[in-house]
Amino acid sequence: MSQSFIARNPSVLWFLLLLAVFTICISVLSEAAGSSVVSTSFLKTLGKTLCLCLVAVAMDVVWGYCGILSLGHFAFFGIGGYAIGMWLMYERTKDIVIASLDNNILPATPDEITQAIGSQIFGVVGSADFPMIWAFSHSLTLQLLAVVLVPGILALIFGWLAFRSRVAGVYLSILTQAMTLALALYFFQNDSGLRGNNGLSGLQNIPGLEDVSQATLSLWFFWASAVALGAGYLMFAGMISGKFGSVIRAIRDNEARVRFLGYHVESYKLFIFTVTAMVAGIAGALYYPQAGIINPAEIAPIASIYLAVWVAIGGRGRLYGAVIGAALVSLMSSWFTGGSAPNINLGFYSLQWTDWWLVLLGLAFVSVTLFSPKGIGGLFDLWPSRKGDGA
Amino acid sequence: MRSTILAVMLWVSVASMALGQNLQPILQRYAEEIAKPSRNSVGQALRAIAASRAPQTAVFLEQWSEKNVWQGQDGKFYLGTMSDDSLDLRDIDTDLVISGRKGDYKQLKPNGGVRRLIGTALVEFQLTDPDLVRRETAVVSIARRPEAAQLTPLLASIANEVNQDLKLRKTQLANLMSALFAVSAVDRITAITSLSNASSVEARAVLNQILSKSSDVAGTLPEGNIASILNQFEAPEDAYAALVSANLAPARQSQSDIKRALEDHIKGGRIGGFPLGQMDDPLKRAAAYAALSREGLVPVLVTDAAMATTLRDYIFFEIYDEPNQNITEAAKAAQALVDTRVATGQVVDLTLDALSLASIFFLAAIGLAITFGVMGVINMAHGEFIMMGAYTGYVVQLIIPNYTVAIFLALPLAFAVTFGAGVVMERLVIRRLYHRPLETLLATFGISISLQQLAKNIFGTQARPLTSPDWLAGAWVFNDVIQISYIRIAIFVMALMFLGLIIYILKRTRLGLEVRAVTQNPGMASSMGINPDRINMLTFGLGSGIAGIAGVAIGLYAKVTSEMGSDYIVQSFMTVVVGGVGNVWGTLAGAAMIGFGQKGIEWLNPSNTLAAQTYMILFVILFIQFRPKGIVALKGRAAGD
Amino acid sequence: MNIRTTLLSTISASVLSMAGSAVLAGSHCEAPIKVGVLHSLSGSMAISETTLKDVMLMLIEQQNAKGGVLGCELEAIVVDPASDWPLFAEKARELLTVHDVDVIFGNWTSVSRKSVLPVIEELNGLLFYPVQYEGEESSKNVFYTGAAPNQQAIPATDYFLEELGVQKFALLGTDYVYPRTTNNILEQYLKDNGISAEDIFVNYTPFGHSDWATIVADVVALGEDGKQVGVISTINGDANIGFYKELASAGISADDIPVVAFSVGEEELSGLDTTNLVGHLAAWNYFQSAESTANEEFIAAWKAFAGEERVTNDPMEAHYIGFNMWVNAATTAKTTDVDAVRTAMYGQEFPNLTGGTAVMLSNHHLAKPVLIGEIAADGQFDIISQTTEVLGDAWTDFLPASAVLKSDWKDLGCGMYNTETETCVQLTSNY
Repeated sequence: MSQSFIARNPSVLWFLLLLAVFTICISVLSEAAGSSVVSTSFLKTLGKTLCLCLVAVAMDVVWGYCGILSLGHFAFFGIGGYAIGMWLMYERTKDIVIASLDNNILPATPDEITQAIGSQIFGVVGSADFPMIWAFSHSLTLQLLAVVLVPGILALIFGWLAFRSRVAGVYLSILTQAMTLALALYFFQNDSGLRGNNGLSGLQNIPGLEDVSQATLSLWFFWASAVALGAGYLMFAGMISGKFGSVIRAIRDNEARVRFLGYHVESYKLFIFTVTAMVAGIAGALYYPQAGIINPAEIAPIASIYLAVWVAIGGRGRLYGAVIGAALVSLMSSWFTGGSAPNINLGFYSLQWTDWWLVLLGLAFVSVTLFSPKGIGGLFDLWPSRKGDGA
Repeated sequence: MRSTILAVMLWVSVASMALGQNLQPILQRYAEEIAKPSRNSVGQALRAIAASRAPQTAVFLEQWSEKNVWQGQDGKFYLGTMSDDSLDLRDIDTDLVISGRKGDYKQLKPNGGVRRLIGTALVEFQLTDPDLVRRETAVVSIARRPEAAQLTPLLASIANEVNQDLKLRKTQLANLMSALFAVSAVDRITAITSLSNASSVEARAVLNQILSKSSDVAGTLPEGNIASILNQFEAPEDAYAALVSANLAPARQSQSDIKRALEDHIKGGRIGGFPLGQMDDPLKRAAAYAALSREGLVPVLVTDAAMATTLRDYIFFEIYDEPNQNITEAAKAAQALVDTRVATGQVVDLTLDALSLASIFFLAAIGLAITFGVMGVINMAHGEFIMMGAYTGYVVQLIIPNYTVAIFLALPLAFAVTFGAGVVMERLVIRRLYHRPLETLLATFGISISLQQLAKNIFGTQARPLTSPDWLAGAWVFNDVIQISYIRIAIFVMALMFLGLIIYILKRTRLGLEVRAVTQNPGMASSMGINPDRINMLTFGLGSGIAGIAGVAIGLYAKVTSEMGSDYIVQSFMTVVVGGVGNVWGTLAGAAMIGFGQKGIEWLNPSNTLAAQTYMILFVILFIQFRPKGIVALKGRAAGD
Repeated sequence: MNIRTTLLSTISASVLSMAGSAVLAGSHCEAPIKVGVLHSLSGSMAISETTLKDVMLMLIEQQNAKGGVLGCELEAIVVDPASDWPLFAEKARELLTVHDVDVIFGNWTSVSRKSVLPVIEELNGLLFYPVQYEGEESSKNVFYTGAAPNQQAIPATDYFLEELGVQKFALLGTDYVYPRTTNNILEQYLKDNGISAEDIFVNYTPFGHSDWATIVADVVALGEDGKQVGVISTINGDANIGFYKELASAGISADDIPVVAFSVGEEELSGLDTTNLVGHLAAWNYFQSAESTANEEFIAAWKAFAGEERVTNDPMEAHYIGFNMWVNAATTAKTTDVDAVRTAMYGQEFPNLTGGTAVMLSNHHLAKPVLIGEIAADGQFDIISQTTEVLGDAWTDFLPASAVLKSDWKDLGCGMYNTETETCVQLTSNY
């Protein structure tokens, strides 16, 4: 990183510093470090939140900077989760199966092992055969590649088709939403071989690391998520700060004019759409081992809309805005629905947060869009010595 | 009416009591079986009751079947009816009223299978009964369980039947039964041939029963009414399995058989000379098994080649249960005709279903065709307006018990409620966001989740009943293949009406003119004296109001829950986009395409509805890529952009 | 390993000390015993699960009125996993580690149970699962108080075969694990009973499906070979409303084509006008219409607690039995420590609301009677058949892969024991 990049973008440095400090503080306070201030379940929540921040940053780049309101990035996130989940599930089951087959009189043939793994994994949904889609599940390397490549290729094909036919604006949003719905329905089917509605579970148990406690594992994943967020943030900040970034923003503001200036707008949009989809896949691959289970409900269209809402609340067109939005809304959601928020007694009516949280959240979206289009991040503009580094 | 007849019957039975035999002793003899009847064992008791010839038999059987017989602690049976928690008991034989406490008596609850048998036993009493309802019941009972013995009394009862509909039904039924049970083959063939004009499930059942066949295997083809000779090499495994089950060939060894055999013959860590450790190789396993079989320790492996050789020695065939070839030939000929008719009928029925699905999509999307299609506003809360309409219907039904009145009140009320909601939303939110369409999406999404949760808080999470009035309850039945429920027809008609109404409003009224003017060029429109704010508000209200009415219709045919709106929202947007934005005809075309497409894919893969939905969406996505402006694309200046 | 065991032992030690102090103190108690309630209060499953949360609150209130457990007051810790399956795992961990609950009552869907299983097993928690499910699972840390397939699906199918003489079956289900597994078991069971494969029609529809016309027409057409047709429905939730409405409008009476449902209870019927559905069937271990004094008291208490218009249903009875068994087991064990309570649970008996006695078996399932009811016009069920107690079976006998498996935590200490090779396949459950 050249001196000038940091100098031009002091917020990046600030963000990375804050992230590092945050990570260190939480690590010190975690159960793995012998403290009990941050429980393992809360540590997992924080780690997951960091992944959500990463996908929100990607969303901000594609929407806030490039003007494409994609309602499909959470689907890419889910695909990343599925890709890593398949390896986790296969490998863990294989260990169990091999251990139990050791009890047999005859040593098991490779066929028998595959069949036993199959019936363990798919027995729950009433089948035993390995679907085609699981062909690479035995290899961590290939599945890790899939984490990046499957969302990437999907985004590439979809984007190529859509940008080529100049589908833009709200139509593109609806089209991405349709894509998300189709994906969710596909994953929902038992016939697609990904265990249907049940999805992949037990992902928190990492094969080969059975002896490591969840407290430690969670900490590792928390670190990995923090590093991924930091790296992603840095990468996107670099991407949007140079000439490339100017073109992207110009496309957002007036696509026709940029095309008239001789830029191949479609390629730029396709590049951004695909790269952000890949980052979303990585975020998902880090998220779901912490969540423990992935299933098609995660991919449902509403999840992608929430993603857009986080970015809107945090403030579009500034990367830290996306982080603020995602962290704030998801943490508040988990606090208010967790039953730990005190109910408010209005005398004539006891207001329960589990009932009213969503109502208020919805109204909050409305007011943010109406009265504060720059989101919470917009408040930073009030800081006298700073100039918004976004649009 | 029925109770009067029942009273007359009872009176008649009481009057003839002196002549008749008492039923209670017979019932007591079979007390256990009557108190806890089972389909397989109640027959004897039923025969005894019917044979008693006691005049009160029919009444008892009817009341038993309707769960109106109670047993006292002394084991005696009584006729009893519950009215407001008090039990009115009467003696079976004397019909005298007996006072009793509910707790001391146990209600008999014969199950469906037993009730069907009781129905059959009742036929002989009911078939010539003066009461039309009873005669109809008898005919239904016969149709449900046709027995050869019933044919003669049924035929005899036709001549004196006064009710023309029932007479027709009796003739039809007698014809069906003749095809199965008539004594002379000629009568049967005549009846069978006459069935070629039918398409009902009953007629198909009769033909299939006549043509019932079983498959068998033998060295040479036996005598008998052979239906077909099968090719055993089409499915050799299955054919061989048939041989095995007929004890004509040794069973094939499965992988687990081989494994077990190997495990049983481990000697000093070796199997057939091969070390145990090598057994993870399937080839070594096969070799070890071969070695064992050479020693005669295990049966010889039946290989594919051996199987094929064995199969060649046998003939596989299907044989009809009906020995008379003329009858099966006639039935086959009739069946061929019926099958063609049924296939045509199924195509028509599928088309009706597709039409109905399309009209539901259209109805759900038509409000959007206005707010999104004409005004360009993305309203994610559209689904919640549908839900509000449905809940309005539910609330109206709560207050007004008459369903017909309730529906006709609910429709305008749902319109009013959602029109109001739409106007409020337009004034407070959407008006400020006309220049930021993507943000309208977010703001309305916020409203959508608020409204959904609000509905949950008010109405609870459980689905609420919205019941259609009786005249909408049944189905229009053309024949057993082609039928469609009235509520779907009503939705179809409603969709057509809205189509007409909206086209009329947009094309023929002052409001429509102003709407078109404002959407095409608001600045110019306002300089011509049109108030664009007012027009936008009214248009949005109209679109929302129609969503409310659609909600009542959708609630009537499916369910009313707080989440019903989200089931339709993505689908509705796609309907509008694929049809062509800005044009109501386009929405119609879009709904038709999605409806017919989905039914078509479902028909190709009937066991997986989810796949049909998935592929339909994929198809729509691809379609839009190649025709971004939709099916009915606007041209020229109206296309805007 | 070290860290985890220390963590576990700290937790169990704290539980032990708490319980110990309770015993010593008699009626005086330092801290209340915490009971976790893990039911969705929002989202799509709130429909069913909120009722179960209310029932738990009622049961805990009643128990406290009787003096609590081991002299301690019970405290309900209610969390909302919001019908979000990953959140179930997170909330379960929170209940066990942050709130230190002694027992959890919760879950409805199978997928939520699969989500919670690894956490409960890792932290050695105790879960009571009250809903009928597909079986094929046995966890050391879960007591299944709902019906296994052999306590609901198989008896209902027997009833179809024997009492109604059904010869042709339509297995209609929502596309997820419970219907898939149940239908697999039933298909095999029907084939074993001489029903040929052509006479079994299977169809899966998505959650919340509403377009039933074609499927109902297909079912009617099954009758074209003159065989008696019956429908076994594992259709879940809201989709039932559209299905029954379509059945009613097609004029299909229970006498022509009977439908037996495994997921339709009193709650689900309250969203329907049942006059056209009279005679169709449901199989459960409990119906509100069961006649017994215990049931009358339970219904009265429930109406007083939750409201006059509320109905009771099968999973509520399962929680009623499960909770009372846990109370008795803790009393016997004189502690709420998970391992001690588990040992005390085996053989626990408690009267059913429908009469008879439920017994906790060593495979963590109950022995319960199976009831078959016909839908009545008032939205209740007319009970027309009641079996004697059926022993819940974790691994079905009708699928070859599971037939050799057996669960016995008491003597064999294994939930997945292969009776052929006489070895324990695995100690954790499969999720």
